Amino acid sequence: MAHTATSSHDKGHGHGHDGHDHHDHESIKVFGFWLFLITDVILFGTLFATFAVLRLSTDGGPTPDEMFKMPGVIAETFILLTSSFTSGIAVLQMHKGNKKGLIGWLAVTALLGASFIFLEVYEFIELVHEGVTIGTSAYWSAFFTLVGTHGLHVSVGLIWMVGLMIQLARRGITPVTQRKVNIISLYWHFLDVVWIFVLTVVYLMGVM
Amino acid sequence: MFQNFIDFMLNDFFVTGDPLILGAQVSIALASVAVVFVLTYFKKWRWLWTEWLTTVDHKKIGIMYIIASILMLFRGGVDALLIRTQLALPNLEFLHADHYNAIFTTHGVIMILFMAMPLMFGLFNIVVPLQIGARDVAYPFLNSLSFWLFFFGAMLFNVSFVIGGSPDAGWLAYPPLSELSGSPGVGQDFYIWGIQISGIGSLASGINFVVTILKMRAPGMKLMQMPMFTWSVLSSSVTIMFAFPILTVTLFLLFIDRYLGAHFFTLDGGGNPMMYINLIWMWGHPEVYIVILPAFGIFSEIVSTFSKKKLFGYKSMVFALMSISFFSFFTWAHHFFTMGSGANVNAFFAITTMLIAIPTGVKIFNWLFTMFRGRITFSQPMLWTIAFIPCFIVGGMTGVMLSVAPADFQFHNSYFLIAHFHQVLIGGVVFGYFAGLYYWWPKMFGFKLHDGIGKWVFWLWNIGFYVCFMPQYALGLMGMTRRFNEYNFDMGWQPLNVVSTIGGFIMGLAFLFQVWQIAHSIKFFKKEKSGDAWDGRTLEWSIPSPAPMYNFARVPVVTSQDEWWEEKQRIANGGKPKPLAPLEPIHMPKNSAIPFIMSVFFFIAGFGFVWGWTWMIVPGLLGVAICMIARSFSYDTDFYIPVDEIERTEAAALKGAN
Amino acid sequence: MNLKPKIRLLTFALIMLMAVLLTGCSEQMIVLDPKGPIGESQKDLIYLSVILCAIVLVPVLLLTAFIVWRYRDRKDSKASYKPNWEHSTKLEIIWWGIPIIIIAILGVITVKYTYELEPSKPLVSDKAPLVIEATSLDWKWLFTYPEEGISTVNYIQIPKDRPIQFKVTADQAMNSFWIPQLGGQIYAMSGMAMTLHLQADEPGLYYGSGANFTGELFAKMTFDVKATSDEEYDAWVKEIKSNYPALTEDGFKKLTEKGASNQQFFSSFPEGLFDRVVKQYIGKGGTGHHHGGGSTEAEASKDAAKANEHEQHEGMSDKEMSEMEGMDHGAVKTASGEHAGH
Repeated sequence: MAHTATSSHDKGHGHGHDGHDHHDHESIKVFGFWLFLITDVILFGTLFATFAVLRLSTDGGPTPDEMFKMPGVIAETFILLTSSFTSGIAVLQMHKGNKKGLIGWLAVTALLGASFIFLEVYEFIELVHEGVTIGTSAYWSAFFTLVGTHGLHVSVGLIWMVGLMIQLARRGITPVTQRKVNIISLYWHFLDVVWIFVLTVVYLMGVM
Repeated sequence: MFQNFIDFMLNDFFVTGDPLILGAQVSIALASVAVVFVLTYFKKWRWLWTEWLTTVDHKKIGIMYIIASILMLFRGGVDALLIRTQLALPNLEFLHADHYNAIFTTHGVIMILFMAMPLMFGLFNIVVPLQIGARDVAYPFLNSLSFWLFFFGAMLFNVSFVIGGSPDAGWLAYPPLSELSGSPGVGQDFYIWGIQISGIGSLASGINFVVTILKMRAPGMKLMQMPMFTWSVLSSSVTIMFAFPILTVTLFLLFIDRYLGAHFFTLDGGGNPMMYINLIWMWGHPEVYIVILPAFGIFSEIVSTFSKKKLFGYKSMVFALMSISFFSFFTWAHHFFTMGSGANVNAFFAITTMLIAIPTGVKIFNWLFTMFRGRITFSQPMLWTIAFIPCFIVGGMTGVMLSVAPADFQFHNSYFLIAHFHQVLIGGVVFGYFAGLYYWWPKMFGFKLHDGIGKWVFWLWNIGFYVCFMPQYALGLMGMTRRFNEYNFDMGWQPLNVVSTIGGFIMGLAFLFQVWQIAHSIKFFKKEKSGDAWDGRTLEWSIPSPAPMYNFARVPVVTSQDEWWEEKQRIANGGKPKPLAPLEPIHMPKNSAIPFIMSVFFFIAGFGFVWGWTWMIVPGLLGVAICMIARSFSYDTDFYIPVDEIERTEAAALKGAN
Repeated sequence: MNLKPKIRLLTFALIMLMAVLLTGCSEQMIVLDPKGPIGESQKDLIYLSVILCAIVLVPVLLLTAFIVWRYRDRKDSKASYKPNWEHSTKLEIIWWGIPIIIIAILGVITVKYTYELEPSKPLVSDKAPLVIEATSLDWKWLFTYPEEGISTVNYIQIPKDRPIQFKVTADQAMNSFWIPQLGGQIYAMSGMAMTLHLQADEPGLYYGSGANFTGELFAKMTFDVKATSDEEYDAWVKEIKSNYPALTEDGFKKLTEKGASNQQFFSSFPEGLFDRVVKQYIGKGGTGHHHGGGSTEAEASKDAAKANEHEQHEGMSDKEMSEMEGMDHGAVKTASGEHAGH
C-alpha cells in the first residue's frame, strides 16, 4: 500500500462517521448541481444568442410589438418573482425545523409556478389563435423556443417539487431531504433570474 | 391495411436493395441470434444483468465504454475502407453516390462521437478514481446513466444503416442540406437523436468528472500534486461542460425545424443557415480539444514512467492544458474563413488559432525534456508515445498553415485539410488512447498484451498511417476536394489515391492484428502479479491488478506529486513502510437497473421522434420521467462492505501476487 | 518472429514509391502553380508559412531523434541520468519564447495579407473588372455574364489580364466556388451574393469545382475556366450570341431540377435572373435576411462583421443597403411590419 489513512477526515469510512459522511455526500451533490446550473446557463445563453440573431427576422410577417400583450407578461413576472420569495420562506421554515411550514410554503410556491405556466400556455394559445405559430417566421421560432424552454424548465421543477413534498411528508427533514430542498430552491431562483432576462430581452425590447 | 404495413416495412422502414446493406442486415440478425444463444446456453443472462448492465462500478463502466468504442472503431474503419476503395477505383462505381455520401457521414460521426469519445470516457472511468485515491466517481449512478445514454444513442445512430437509411449530409450536417428541403428522409433524424441522446450522457460525464476531481481526491492531494492525466481530464471535462450545451441546443433547433416546421436554419421564413454553422463549430472546435487533451495527459504519464524521471515542467504543463481549453472556445470561425465574414473576423480568428500552437508546442518541449537525462525503455505504451511526437508536430505545423486565413482560401475543404485533421486525430488522439490502453490494460484486466504482436500492430498502424495520409496533402495541393466520390482522370489524382488506399488497408490489417493480439493474450493468459506492471509512479499502481471493487482498502494519504514512486524510493533507501491502519467497513453505492431502463426509454422516444410516431414518443418520454421519479424516491442506494470481506479480498490479491 | 528486416524493407519500398509518385505529381500541384495575382500571393504565403514552421519543426524533429537515441536504456549507458531534474526556468523561457516569436511574425504577416487578399476587395488594374455571376444549382454551376448578356453552364471563359468580379450565390445547399489556379475559394450561399475578385495572367484552361458538399451528385459540379486574349474572348461571346439558344424561364426552371449537366451555352438569359435567385427566399415584404458575418456572441466578430457588411451584400439594391446600415447603427425599426431582416 501507498500511505495509510490514519487521518480522521477521509470520506466514507464507517458507521461511526455516518452523520459526517452524509454531510459530505450531500455537499458534493450541491456542488454538482451548481455545475449543472452553469451548463444550463450556457444552454439558455445559446438560445438567447439565437434569439438575438433572429430578432428582426420576421420575414414580413407579424412583429412582436403587434402581438405581445404586456399585462399578461407582467402578471407572469410578478407571480414568478413571488414564487421565488415563497420558496425562500420554505427554506427558512426548513431551517427552523418546521416540516408543516416547509411543505406548506413549497405548496404555495408550486401553485404560483402552476399559475405562471397556465398564463404562459394561455398566451401561447392566444398567439396561435391569432395566427402566430413556431413556423410563422424565424423570429417566432426563436421566441417560442426560448420562452418555451424556460416554461419547460419550470414545469419540470413543478413535478419535482410535488415529488419532494411527498418525500418530505413521508420522511421529514433529514440531511437528504434538506439537500433536495436546497437544490430545488436554487433551481427555482435560477429560473427566476432567467425569466428576468426573458422579460427584458424578449418582451420589453420587443415592444419598445 | 396489412398490405400497407408490409409496403411500409419494405419501402421505407428497412433499407432494401443494396447487397452491402443486406449483408449487414443478415449478419446483424445472425450475430444477435448467436449472442442470445451463447448467453442462454451458458446461463449467463443473470451474470450479464447483475455484473454489467446494472453496475455502477467505474471500472466496469470503463470497460464497457472501451468495448463499445472498439466495436465502433471497427464500423468506422469499415466505412473508411469503403470510402478509400471507391476513391482508388472511382470508375467502377463500387459505391453509388448516395451510398458514398452516407458512408463518409457515418464515418465522421462514428469516429469522433462513438469511437473517440467513449474510448476517452472509458479511460477517464478506469483511471481517474484510481489516480486520485478515490473509491468511485462522485456520482456512480449518473455515471452508469451516462454510459447507457451513450450506448443507446450510438445504437440509435447505427440502426439507421439497416432501418430507414443513413444520414448523408456530412458529419456536421450543414443546413440547408440537412433541413427537410435537402434531406427529406429519416436518416437526418437518426443523426439528430443518436447524437442528442449520447450527448446528454457526455455532458453528465463532464460534470461528474469535474466534481470527482475537485471533491474526491485522497486526503493530502493538492491540485498541484495531481497526476498530469487527471489534470488533462479536468481540463477536458470543463471544456465538455461549456461546449456540450451548445451542441444540445443546436441539434434541438435543427430538430424543431424539421419536426415542427420552424425557421431557424431554413432558407425561407427568415432562417439563417450560417447561424447553424457558427453554433455547431462553437461546439465542434472545443470538441476536438476535448478528445486531444486527455491524450496529452496520457503521454505525460507514459513519458515520465518509461523515462524513469519526473515530468519536466509540471506547472507549465498544467498552464498549457488550461490555456488550450480556454482558447479552444475562441477559434471556431477558422472552420469557415471562406464564408466572407470580412477581414476583421478572419484576422481575429486566425490569431486566436495560432495562439493555441504556443502552449501545444511547449508541451512537446516538456515531453522531450522529460526524456532528456532519463532512461528510456521502449515498451508498447512508450512506442506509441514516441511515434506520436513527430506525427503531431507535423500535423500541428500543417494546422498552423491552415490558420493563415488568406492561405486557407486555397486549403479549405481540400484533401490538405483532410490530411491535417486525420494526422492530429490519428497521430494524436488514436495513438494517445492506444498508448493509454496498452499502459492501463494490466490495471484493467491483470495481464499485459503480447509484446511481439504488439510491435506488428505498432508498425502496421504507423506505416499505414503515413502511406494513407501523406499523399492526401499532395492531393489537396492538386485541387482535390473532400467528399468527391469520383473524379476526372485528367487531374492525375488516381495514383496517389491508390497509394492512400493501400495505406488505409494497412491500417485495417493493423486493426486485425490488434484483435489477434488481444485474443492471443487472453488465450495465453499470464497473470500480472505485482499490480505495478510498469514500475509506475502514481497511486493506481499501488493496488492489486485488477483493482478490487472498492479500489483502496485504506484510503491513501498523499504528500507528493509522484506519490507511489516516492514511497518506493523511500523504502528502497531503507525507509520503513508506514504502519497499516485498521480496516474499516467501506461505504459503496448499490447497483441500479434504472440507468439501463431509462436509456432504453430514451431510445424508444428517440426512435419515435425519428419516425414521428406519437404512440411511441409518449410512452418513451413517460418511461424516462417515471425512471427519474423512481430514482428520486429511492433512498436505499448504498451499502457497506464489511471488514472481513475486505480482508478476504486483500488476502486473495496478495496470494495472486506471490 | 523476425520483424525488423521485413518492416524495414516494406518501409523503404513504400517511401520510394511515394517519392516517385510525389515528384511525378509535382506539376499537377495546381495550387502551387498559380496563373493569377491572387493565387500567386497565396502561394507565396503558403511557402512563407512552411518556412516559418520549419524553423521550429526541423530542429525539434532532430532533437527528438537525438534524445530518444541518446537516453535509451542500456546497460553501459554513459548518458547522464537525473531522475529528479524537473524544472529549468531558462529552458522554459526559451521554449515559450521561440513559438511566441514565430507566431508573432506569422500573425503579423497573416493579418497584413488578410486585408490585402480580402476577396471582396477589387484588384488594382487599369481595366474595369468583368462581372460574372455564378449560381450553384443542384448539381451544376450556372454562370451569367450581365454585361455580355450570355450564360453558360459548367464553363467560364474569361479574358486574361483583366480583373474578374465573381458574384457567387446558391439556389439550394451551400457550396464553395473554387478555381485553384486563379486563387482561393468563397462560399456560395443562398440569399447572399458573395464577391470574389480573381484574375488570370496567362491564357490556359483551368480547373474549377464546387468545394463544399451539396448532396448527391456533388462530385459532378466541376467546371472549366478558359482564359484567352481579349480578341478571342470577344469572338467567343459573339459566337455564343449567334449560335446558341436563349435561356428561357422554363429553361432555367429545368436547370434548377436535381441532376448533373454537361457544359451548356445560352445566347441570353432572363433579366435580373441572378438577383432573383439571391432574393427568392425573402418573405412577403421583408428584405434581405442574411447576416454577412458570424452570427455569434463574440463581440469582436460582430463588430468586424458589421464593418464588412456592405461588401457582402452587393446583390441588394441601394435602398436595402441603407436599411441594413440604418439597422446596424441602432435604428432598428422601419415602418409597420417592414424590417430589415438580419
